[in-house]
Amino acid sequence: MIYLLTFVLFSIGLYGVVTKKNTVKIVISLVIMEYAVNLFLVLLGYRKGGIAPIMEKGQEIQEFAAATVDPLPQALVLTAIVIGLGVLALMVSLCIRLYEKYGTFDISEMKRLKG
Amino acid sequence: MVEMLGLLLIFMIIGAVIAIETKNLLSSVISVGAVGFGLSIAFLMLRAPDIAITQVVVEVLCLVILIRATISRDVTGISCDREFFAVVCAAVFLIAIFLFGIKALLALPEFGTPVMLLIKSAPTNTYISEGLKQTGAANIVSAILLDYRAYDTLGEATVLFTAILGGLAILRRKAKKEVTQIVEDKE
Repeated sequence: MIYLLTFVLFSIGLYGVVTKKNTVKIVISLVIMEYAVNLFLVLLGYRKGGIAPIMEKGQEIQEFAAATVDPLPQALVLTAIVIGLGVLALMVSLCIRLYEKYGTFDISEMKRLKG
Repeated sequence: MVEMLGLLLIFMIIGAVIAIETKNLLSSVISVGAVGFGLSIAFLMLRAPDIAITQVVVEVLCLVILIRATISRDVTGISCDREFFAVVCAAVFLIAIFLFGIKALLALPEFGTPVMLLIKSAPTNTYISEGLKQTGAANIVSAILLDYRAYDTLGEATVLFTAILGGLAILRRKAKKEVTQIVEDKE
């Protein structure tokens, strides 16, 4: 059920990428898709009633291993979030440049891009 | 717990729909900020404090960058949609993808049972049981990030550096000065 809601969020982003004309709207849709994928990966590692993967002082390793959530997706999603920021900065700078050149954010009015 | 997460996800979905469908670019950006902070709370509820903190920081930067792109541009009322046929095509394909996606999601294990419980030889089990002894880090996430998969983090830094370098190269203004000078010299 939770997975399904995440997939709905992803689909909304995909719809925005396919149907919108404004470049900033397309960037925003891509950001929403990225959020959905990150959330899905972290959901996959969740354990019912689990604790955060941080050891407390004096805690037995066996006891910790029986209660913690999966730390591997968390580590990889951490990387993905930061890379997403870099990609967003690149996309937005492209948008600003296109706006300076054509005076609009609308992709159907950027005539010289048509092949 | 699961119900709270569901409510939060519904909030995020509403925010995403508003962000995509509203006519004003600035309110669109603000709505995407609401989605991002909701995501941060969801990470916190999923027992992932490191990602929640990173998500807040990244979200603030993301908002700053997006507002920089949209503010002081005089185009606010924009984006009539594409032609009717294109929207219908997109909707049909989206529904098809959605149906296949539901089929794939049903094959996953139940929510709340991570893969590391089902597969005993998964690398995560080693990281959890040996992490403190081998790396000396109490936080297993940072043990994975900075020790077991340190090359991955190095690659991440490289990608980030390259992306920012690309952005600077795109935004640079004095690009063609030397070329025009050469042309003038020839004339």
